[in-house]
Amino acid sequence: MKRFLFAVLLAAAALTARAQLTIDITTSGGRQIPVAVLDFAGEAAQPQAVSTVVGADLARTGLFRLVNTVGVSPLPTEPSEVNFIDWQARASEALVIGKIEPQPDGRVEVRFRLFDVQKQSQLASFSYVVAPAQLRATAHRIADVIYERLTGEKGVFSTKITYVVKRGTRYELQVSDADGANAQAVLASNEPIISPAWSPDGSRIAYVSFDQKKPVVVVQNLAQGTTRVLANHRGNNSAPAWSPDGTRLAVTLTKDDISQIYVIPATGGEPRRMAVTPAIDTEASFSPDGQWIAFTSDRGGSPQIYRMPSEGGPAQRLTFEGTYNVRPRYSPDGKSIAFVQRESGKFRIAVMEIDSGQVTVLTDGSLDDSPSYAPNGKMILYEAQANGRGQLSAVSSDGRVRQRLVSSSGDVRDPAWGPLPTN
Amino acid sequence: MKKIVLSIAMATLVAACGSQEVKKDVPVADRTTPTTQPTTGQSPTTSPTAQPSITANPLTDPKSILSKRSVYFDFDSNVVNEGYQGLVQAHAKYLVDKRSLNVKIEGNCDERGSREYNLALGQRRAEAVKKVMTVLGVQDGRIETVSFGEEKPAANGHDEASWAKNRRGDIKYAGE
Repeated sequence: MKRFLFAVLLAAAALTARAQLTIDITTSGGRQIPVAVLDFAGEAAQPQAVSTVVGADLARTGLFRLVNTVGVSPLPTEPSEVNFIDWQARASEALVIGKIEPQPDGRVEVRFRLFDVQKQSQLASFSYVVAPAQLRATAHRIADVIYERLTGEKGVFSTKITYVVKRGTRYELQVSDADGANAQAVLASNEPIISPAWSPDGSRIAYVSFDQKKPVVVVQNLAQGTTRVLANHRGNNSAPAWSPDGTRLAVTLTKDDISQIYVIPATGGEPRRMAVTPAIDTEASFSPDGQWIAFTSDRGGSPQIYRMPSEGGPAQRLTFEGTYNVRPRYSPDGKSIAFVQRESGKFRIAVMEIDSGQVTVLTDGSLDDSPSYAPNGKMILYEAQANGRGQLSAVSSDGRVRQRLVSSSGDVRDPAWGPLPTN
Repeated sequence: MKKIVLSIAMATLVAACGSQEVKKDVPVADRTTPTTQPTTGQSPTTSPTAQPSITANPLTDPKSILSKRSVYFDFDSNVVNEGYQGLVQAHAKYLVDKRSLNVKIEGNCDERGSREYNLALGQRRAEAVKKVMTVLGVQDGRIETVSFGEEKPAANGHDEASWAKNRRGDIKYAGE
């Protein structure tokens, strides 16, 4: 017993060291905005170099190219100190400068400014007073501001992702920053964990646990670490999906029949069956306006994607190409659905524009699964197979940019991208 | 939360009792328990928690077909093949005889396709096995069907040889 405990402890220690995901960009296409991110004055004395994190965040999107900043001395910290002619000569369109100053109470003030180099004008300026341990998070917030000013879209650098890591017979549900840093196990089990789904406010994750030797839907509060069984009926309980207002979850149950979709109040209670069909209905996804539930059904003979009104009612088939279209996920703007499509024995992530029915295949793997949109709709995180094990990948929703989230060991699977932070 | 802890503790207790009982009883009771007993009237002699002990023998004896528990399926199929009808029928007959026993049928899939749709497919496989049993007279309420989808592969390879081993339904008796 002691030896077993020791092994578990060892495994846990090794895990925190090895679990980190690092992100590689494998492809990027289209125009990239040249941006110069200067070292922030005073950051060398801090535990975290803010400018490095900001630059890495921007570069990882594939939408920016970092301009060489070597040899800039002294570092400008005020607008009056910026030599715009020099930055125009370096062909940079945007410039980021900043400084970090220790405060008497032990915290630090981080100030940054973003400039349009051509217009020689300031686009943004913010200051944050934070604990030194918060510098990485602050860098992500700065990158969010820069991204939004330069692209017009919300940045997602301050968001979190969750995913399942399988190592041997051990499963862990992990939560990390969107860049893979600060990975933490929020749940560990010797039974499978699948289908994690963030509550819209990011405070809870619903998932399917097999701890009771069968699939049961559990909701875990992340801050408190408490869990509550949401659905444990006879048979299977699976595929949790939150309504956009967080008050209800759609789940798949087999208590009355084969797999059918039910809705349960988030606080628990009696499941309400949404449809009665003689086929498999599963993998619900609420539309962002709460009006619809997209789902997989094989009522037509092959699994296809349908939608029905979220209060119940007749379903409408959405996919018609191919014989295997499953696992729908609404885009944050509600205009598209990402899903898994089988084509010639390969399983890939595709996106369908709902109004036109236009389908675009985004990935080229063989066993791609579990697409999950970033909350700004620009990237889709998914599970892929590489060298016989699960690895996370991401693709931009226009297919141009591809990233791999590399983990040094274990099977990494079933990702879900968390919501934008609420503060 | 307290309730959960309590029920886990209770489950552990029950499980512990069950396994102790099996250990104690197996050498003595096993081979003397005739499988040809009348179909009714045997339950008064045992308490519900002692069930595993009376059933241990035929279900674990490698010479008995009842020790075989897996039904394998073709790709994309939930039809119980001819080759496995005999196995399922034997379990059905055993369940008809041993009215105090309940079973769980666990459906499984290979790794291809989405996890949740596979979970539903595994369920349909489990239901197909159950259907054979209910047609032969086992009451519906005694058979729980669940699915592990693609989560519990018997073989870990990424080829047809492994996939074929993973498309299966496993018959598990209560308490096992």
